[in-house]
Amino acid sequence: MTVRVGLIVNPIAGMGGKVGLKGTDGEATLDKARALGAEPLANTRAEAALAAASWQRGTLELLTFAGDMGETTATKAGLEPTVIGNSRAGASDAGDTAAAARAMLERDVGLILFAGGDGTARDIFQVIGQEVPVLGIPTGVKMHSAVFATGPASAGRLAAEYLRGGTAGIGLADAEIMDIDEEEQRRNRLSAKLFGYARVPFERRALQYAKAASHVSGQAKLDALGRDTAAGMEQDVLYIIGPGSTTQRLLQHLGLEGSLLGVDVVLNGKAVVRDASEADLLQALDGHEARIISGVIGGQGFLFGRGNQQISAGVIRRVGVDNLMVVAAVEKLIALPTNRLLVDTGDSDLDADLSGFMRVHTGPGETMMLAVAAA
Amino acid sequence: MSGNGTLRNYHAAVWDEPVVMEMGHHGRRGMVFPDIDEAVTAAVGDSESLIPEEMRRHDRPALPEMSEPEVQRHYLHLSQETLGMMGVSLFGTCTMKYNSRINELIGARPEVAETHPLQHEDTLQGTLEIIHNFDLILRELSGMDQFVFQAGGGADAAYTHVCVTRAYHQARGQLAQRNEIVTSIQAHPCNAATAAAAGFKIVTLMLDDNGYPSLDALKAAVSDRTAALLINNPDDMGIYNPDIKEWVNIVHEAGGLCFYDHANFNGVMSKLRARELGFDACMYMLHKTFGTPKAGGGPAVGAYGCTEELAEFLPCPVVTFDGETYHLDEDRPNSIGRVREFWGNVPQIVKSYSWSRAMGAEGICEAADLSVLGNNYMEKRLLEIPGITKSQPHLNKWRMEMTRYSLEKLKEDTGVTTFDVANRMVDFGIDAYWLAHEPWLVPEPFTPEAGEMYSREDLDHWVDVLARISHEAYTDPEIVKTAPHNQAIAKIKAEPLEDPEKWAMTWRAYKRKYGAGKET
Repeated sequence: MTVRVGLIVNPIAGMGGKVGLKGTDGEATLDKARALGAEPLANTRAEAALAAASWQRGTLELLTFAGDMGETTATKAGLEPTVIGNSRAGASDAGDTAAAARAMLERDVGLILFAGGDGTARDIFQVIGQEVPVLGIPTGVKMHSAVFATGPASAGRLAAEYLRGGTAGIGLADAEIMDIDEEEQRRNRLSAKLFGYARVPFERRALQYAKAASHVSGQAKLDALGRDTAAGMEQDVLYIIGPGSTTQRLLQHLGLEGSLLGVDVVLNGKAVVRDASEADLLQALDGHEARIISGVIGGQGFLFGRGNQQISAGVIRRVGVDNLMVVAAVEKLIALPTNRLLVDTGDSDLDADLSGFMRVHTGPGETMMLAVAAA
Repeated sequence: MSGNGTLRNYHAAVWDEPVVMEMGHHGRRGMVFPDIDEAVTAAVGDSESLIPEEMRRHDRPALPEMSEPEVQRHYLHLSQETLGMMGVSLFGTCTMKYNSRINELIGARPEVAETHPLQHEDTLQGTLEIIHNFDLILRELSGMDQFVFQAGGGADAAYTHVCVTRAYHQARGQLAQRNEIVTSIQAHPCNAATAAAAGFKIVTLMLDDNGYPSLDALKAAVSDRTAALLINNPDDMGIYNPDIKEWVNIVHEAGGLCFYDHANFNGVMSKLRARELGFDACMYMLHKTFGTPKAGGGPAVGAYGCTEELAEFLPCPVVTFDGETYHLDEDRPNSIGRVREFWGNVPQIVKSYSWSRAMGAEGICEAADLSVLGNNYMEKRLLEIPGITKSQPHLNKWRMEMTRYSLEKLKEDTGVTTFDVANRMVDFGIDAYWLAHEPWLVPEPFTPEAGEMYSREDLDHWVDVLARISHEAYTDPEIVKTAPHNQAIAKIKAEPLEDPEKWAMTWRAYKRKYGAGKET
């Protein structure tokens, strides 16, 4: 059986980082990066990923775009790619990434492996949604999304093992697609958005040894926590439910359809506001005792300030920092890159109030003490 | 690396026999019993009538029909297909020790093997004396006031403690308020699990940069809801928390109890006393630290000791001595009851007592030193092997009796995982190593524990095998990824072990799930 995999290299991804430009979105920035001496590294990283994997020759069909969008790198890595399109003359951009993803979706690839950053992940996600699994070779400057492997070689290997199939312990999980508006960030205004959840191959550890605990996945625990929390919700208290798949479980246990990417407000078992803005939240809060139930967003471990800006400093202050409930899977907390949760509410006094140690709920009756720091 | 290319050749016995349930021949018997003598029948009646009607089976048991030598041969072959626990097994956190033959012989003596816990205590004075004297040895090592041996393992002893904690706070009318138990992500998972089983909520502390949780994290976790702290020290990364006294103070000031899980006692035996650090209770595993067999998950003993203040809550019976006679004290109205039947695995207590007396105080002290020395000797050599790093590499203090290593680099460089390496080790006749408890804080972990018993040659041989496998991973990774090759069985599929539809714990379940034969 032939397996088809798509390869998308965003050749300019990661160029802004070393020259301090916080990304390469927009042509003017790219020119500036080049002028500052930035070198393309996406293709180098993609090549490392392809070279590390043991692909099953003869049964693998690698689809990619011409030249530096994948063809060159795949050939260098000793593979024989099928070229299914071309980028526009000169620099490739978001449109090319999307065009490549669309061409791959039409050709029923089993996986899209891409080299890029948050912007590339978002461009691909907007075309494929949850229809095709993706896996990122970490390349970009911004990596708030959770779709990236830990390194190029592990990305290549994980992709190959997933495609080979039948390997115990390799599954698919939902992972956040997030992006920050680079224009805003260069003006020192952060505007991160949660765009959705892509399907990503991940390695479940196979437990073969006698002393290992029986496997109760963090996800199952979260599900039980959702049920537990739903059952414990108080009458006449307003609940602000943050975005993400973790808090979504709680809404499911309440029998409510929430907005996965937005903030919802629940009162006495009913969704009173869906996908609320900051203004909606402040209005809803009027006259109510309230709680905020929030997840941990993205690969960087943000509690507030990325992907959930609707829950603003004003909203948090109005609810009270003692009325926050944070929920997350143990696995996510262990994988935090800095061992800390991050807050960036835009109000440094509030960030200081939130800093220190916080209890994060990981299952029914189970909490974990996590350090919280201002980003 | 000294060992590359010079390792001894090894191949396990391969018998490739069916399971015993598929062996035998219709009508074959291992033992043929004579007909019942008429005089016997006349005296006791028909043999069937000896078994009450409702207990009588209607069908013959579906046992394989085999001769005695066939059965002996089959089980001999099975034993040859294991590594037999007599190789170099540095299974970390398990503190593997040689179980001396003389202790086994003592355990098999009729004075031990043929006694029964329901005998009158007047006929058990010798056994009770040994239990009491061993209690005194553990009191000396820990500073506690009373030990009990009922718990059938370390987790059972942790459970004993959470039950004692529950009784203690209940007696003070604070149980409803004190419903939280604080532990660390590096404590044995049984601490959190037993606390949950006893109805407590769990507050888990993450590790700080020092390799143990920070005092600030503890302070933030502790409150008037804290029932107890359950903690080990060092943890199984081999890092000793020097602030432990202050930890205990913080918890005591908040009104909670402190339990020292001495799972990692080997490196600190005789070097510290739980009581002197302020702890209210502690636990030793006799099947690890005190030299008794741990066999296939048992028989085990979790020796639980506590202060006088908590002793009224201990499970019954408690072995006591009035200066003349030893007693089984059942009259303890505030006792939590039993955590297990009778008074524990007595033969194991006898063997542990024998081990302790043979070692002596000086021997126990030296064993602790040797286990730390052995680990650090191995650490130096292991870290020279490509692909191996250790947890918290930035900490340059000596580790205690264990170090946690990571094969993350080996995996990133070669694709070979810690499972692959463990599978390959058995090709050299070396027992697979211990990885780490879940959840893994260190990627691709492995955790050897040298202990005091293995020789330097044994430790070198173990390291040489790891060096060889690392070399293979970088030059011919498929050898490692498809291991084992020299073993009784090839690599097993992990998937069925995790799938309830596929696993089969009994022959009946196997037949049902795989259709190997219709159920009769």
